[in-house]
Formats: sequence, C-alpha cells, structure tokens
Amino acid sequence: MYRTMVTARLIDEASFRLNRQGKAPFVVPVSGHEGCQVGTGWPLRPGHDIWVPYYRDVAIVLIAGMTPYEIFLGLFAKAEDPSSGGRQMPSHWGSRRLGIISHSSPIATQVPHAAGIAWAARYRGEDTVVGCWFGEGATSEGGWHEGLNFAGIHKLPVVFVCENNRYAISVAQPMQMAIQNVADRAAGYGFPGVVVDGNDVLSCYAAMKAAVERARAGDGPTLIEAKTYRYFPHTSDDDDRSYRTREEVEEAKHNDPIVRFAQTLTEQGVMDDASIDAVWAETKADVDTQIDQAWNAADPEPSSLGRHVYFEGDA
Amino acid sequence: MTEKNVVTAIHDTLHEQMAADDRVVVLGEDIATRGGVFRVTQGFLDEFGQDRVIDTPLAEGGIIGFAVGMALYGLVPVAEIEFADFIHPAYDQMVSEVSRMRYRSNGDFGLPMVVRAPWGGGVHGALYHSQSIEATYGHIPGIKVVVPGTPYDASGMLRAAIKDPDPVLFLEHKRTYRLIKGEVPDEPFEVPIGKADVKREGSDLTAIAYGLSLHLCLEAAARLQEEQGISVEVVDVRTISPLDTETILASVVKTGKALVVYEDNRTYGAGAEIAATIAEEALFDLDAPVVRMGGPDVPAMGFATSLEHAFMPNADTVAERMLELARF
Repeated sequence: MYRTMVTARLIDEASFRLNRQGKAPFVVPVSGHEGCQVGTGWPLRPGHDIWVPYYRDVAIVLIAGMTPYEIFLGLFAKAEDPSSGGRQMPSHWGSRRLGIISHSSPIATQVPHAAGIAWAARYRGEDTVVGCWFGEGATSEGGWHEGLNFAGIHKLPVVFVCENNRYAISVAQPMQMAIQNVADRAAGYGFPGVVVDGNDVLSCYAAMKAAVERARAGDGPTLIEAKTYRYFPHTSDDDDRSYRTREEVEEAKHNDPIVRFAQTLTEQGVMDDASIDAVWAETKADVDTQIDQAWNAADPEPSSLGRHVYFEGDA
Repeated sequence: MTEKNVVTAIHDTLHEQMAADDRVVVLGEDIATRGGVFRVTQGFLDEFGQDRVIDTPLAEGGIIGFAVGMALYGLVPVAEIEFADFIHPAYDQMVSEVSRMRYRSNGDFGLPMVVRAPWGGGVHGALYHSQSIEATYGHIPGIKVVVPGTPYDASGMLRAAIKDPDPVLFLEHKRTYRLIKGEVPDEPFEVPIGKADVKREGSDLTAIAYGLSLHLCLEAAARLQEEQGISVEVVDVRTISPLDTETILASVVKTGKALVVYEDNRTYGAGAEIAATIAEEALFDLDAPVVRMGGPDVPAMGFATSLEHAFMPNADTVAERMLELARF
C-alpha cells in the first residue's frame, strides 16, 4: 500500500516536471489523494472487480494493474496508451483487460454506468463489486443522483467513493452544497453514507472493506466520503492562487497521507526509516526508467484518426 | 407471412429476440408493469421477469447511462425513451458516452445497445410529443440512426440493431404504429442497417423520404400516376446514419429530379444533408433544382388540429410539389 502511494506521488511530481519541460502538455495531479485512493482501492480484487474511476485516480488505476509505463504512455499521448491510444487527454483511464471503465471529461457521467455494470454483474450471477470514484463537485450533477438512486432502489453491488478535496476547480464546497457532508446524501437513496478521514489510508481501507463486503453479500451500495485535499492546482492549466491561500495549502500538507502512513508503519514496527527511504529510491528509479521507455514509444499514426468509429471486427 | 401493423411487428420481434438470447434486457419508463405506453413490451414482465424487463425511475439520462453499463458488462440492453422528445436530458450520455466509447478507447470497449424512441407528429402530440430528433443524432458519428417506416423494415431492422456491435438509435414514427400494415415473414430475417430501399419504381422524378413522410410520398405518387400519368420513384431512406448515398444517387441519376420530404424543421434537417449530397454528387445529372420539403422553422407543431396540419406535410401538399417538379 505504501509503495503504491509513493508511486502515485512520484508519478505526479515527474508529470509536472515533464510539463515544465514541455514534454507533457497537460497533467491532472493526484497529490494529496493517495491515501483515500489506495485505501478505497485496496479491498477490491484486481482482475475480478470493476473500476469506474475519474481523472484524478492515478493510485486507483495502479491498484487495478496499470503500470507507470502505461500511465506515461497516456501522458505523452502515445499510440500504445492503453486508455485511448493517445486520443483522450491524459488521466482519462480505461482498459478492458484490467476492468477499468473508459470515462469522459463531463463530470459524473460514469456514475450511471457503474450502476448498470452492477446490475449486469448481479444478473449474470457473479459476485463482482463495482467501485465508482468522483469528487464532491460531481455530486451536484443530475447523473450522479440518477446513478445512486437506481443503485439504491435495486441494492446493487456498487460502492460510491467521494474524494472530497473541498474544491471543484475553484468552487469551494459551501458554494457547491448546503451540507457539510456529502455522505448525508446517501440517506436519500436508502443506503449508508460514511465519512472517513481521507488522509488516513487505513481508515479508508476499513470503510471500503466493510462496504465491499456489504455489496458482495447483496446488501447494496455504500457512499463513502473521504475528506482530503489536493496539493496542486486542478490541472497543469489551473492557477489555484486565485481561489485558495498558500497558507491553506501549506497547512493541508501537514496532513499528508503518505507522511502519516509512514509514521504509522514505523510506530508499529512494520518499516523503519531505512526501508522507507529504500521504497522511495527504488520507486523513483523504477518510475524514471518507465518514463524513458514511454517517451521513446511511437506516436499515433495520423491515418489512424478514422479508426474505431464503429466495430472493425474481432481483434 | 402475417399481416401486422408497425407496433405489433416491433413487439413480436423484440419478444422473439428476448426469448432467443437472455443477454437482451429492456429498460425504460412504464415498460414493465404497464407494458409501455404504446404497448411495445406488453406481457414481457410476466414472461421474462423483472431482471430483464426493468421499469426505471423517471430519468432519461439514467436510462441511457444504465444501458451503457449493462452493455459494457455483457448484456444487450434495448432501452426505451418513452417519447423521442424526452431524450434531451440524455443528450450528454448519448453524445459524450454512447457515441464515443469505442472511439475514445481506441476500439477497446464497444456498446452493443439499442435505444428505441417513438418520434414524429400527426397524433396531437403538440410541442413535446411530436418531435423529430434524427438530424440531431445523425450528426454524431459513432451512433447509427435508423427510421424504418413499414412493419417489414421495423422487424428486420430491429433484429439487425440488436445484433449490431455498435449503438443504434431506433426511431419509430408513432403515427405509423397502427396506421401502417404490411406482410411480415414469420421466420426471423434481417434488413441491413445502412441500406435505403426503393419502395416504388418510377422514371419522372425521385421522392426521398422516411417515416410517415414515406407513406405520404407513396400515396401522392400513386395519385399522380393515376391522375396525371406521372411516374414517381420513391426511395425510403430507412437509415439516417450511415446514409446510403449510393441508392439515393442512383435513383436521382435515373430520373434527373429529386424531391426530399421530411417532417423535421426544414433548416439543418436530415433532408438538408440528402439535398446537399445530391447537389454535390449528381448536379450534372439533374434536370431541375433539388426540392426540399420540410417543416416550418418554428419551434414545434401545435396541439390544435389546424396548427398540426399547418406544420405537417400531407399527401396533397406532397403531390403538388411533385407535380411542380415533374413539370419543371
């Protein structure tokens, strides 16, 4: 878990570095969300359960099985980018092989998909659970309501995870909703809503584990709200100085989920400073190698523009 | 062969497909307990059960979004939008999700799904139960749009739509539901998507239409043949997207004159694309300018009979334009 959190952070830092070098036109950062993503992603079974992420979910797709190399293929919009072959902006995840459902840029459109997949999984008699992630801004969308409503009516095997970082780009939560907790909205759909500290990976894990077990047992959905913070602007094209103070951002970093998890691991004697340093060093070397490999991969052929509008036959 | 109307042909075909393949599920508003407001899914709930015949909440974006999820996970959903007029809340799902899933995933994901929607006027449907939506979605690559106008075509094209690995918007003109009857084979057959059909052969001019307008053209053509000796060829477009330009152009090249009839607002309607294609590809075969007959450019048709009639084409007005064109 710790290594995955570190990997996500290092992918972020490298992506911004590449952005400044002019090699990556667009970056969607994850930093600050590693705890809630790793905690809520971990209880699902890669290769079996289904992942319906949104664009900030670097750590979710790492858990699902996407490699840093594949993530950087997407960042560089390479032909072999598993999500879209360089068609979509980076961080618009998708892989049929890994059970990561392709998503778009409009917000919350994936939420009804998660409900539909859960319906199909149950209809087929499988014990698949669907995880569906989004930010707090998404909960203002009609599609979000429609997805949760349908899932609640039919007690579908899906877990909804809100990564609440308090800002939808620039709009702060008090202008997004009149309530303190997104989780309260679950009551309107007839299933539990749970608030967790999104910067405490183990709390997120415990909440998700219970929700996944509940879903798998046929008892229906759960809405988990993980309170967290994003350390970078919304994207590389955003300037967050216009809507939040530097003091607020620096204050939030005192609650860094990676630092907190490292403290827990050392306190519990699971790791020590040396082994933590080793994780960072190994991961950094690994990520850097994979960046180089991805950078050297081929770009999409311009002539491929017209492909895959319709079915072209089984591969 | 059995004589059926359009709505019975659709009911019977959908029933047959559900009986043959348990991946096929239907979902929409009032489709289960009520059997659909037009009775297309009458009796389905009792026979196939609530796991396959799903009364959804009143949420069109959700209906399409749930269908997307089902199609992503091994089912073949046939979603019903109760009236085509109510599909607009689902525009985001249709355009951002349904049409682009295959393209944006570079062919990794596909959506074998059908969206059925009753469209068109002539039933006192007023502004919100009469609309034409074919041009809106014909403009969106990635979704196939079909507009069968006869019981035979409705049955054959519904089979083709359910079998299609890509999403199909299946538009059923609601005035034709019980008005138009025809012979339908008892054994399963398919009518290919993307193929127009010459419904009446002729030599003096070509009328190109679909849905209810097709039948107005056929009636007007029969009348002109009988009363004036004018021979009109009538092409049924059947598929809005992908458009079968080959069949349309072959007919226009043969007759040298083209009348395009559609019920939608004239400006930017599907007929505009057909007229533009003819102008682009067959100009030197034309003996007269292409004529477009579409609805007036007002927001929608009115409820009053007089207002509805003023909006809709009818066999008289179509025959007049045919005669003018024949005499050009």
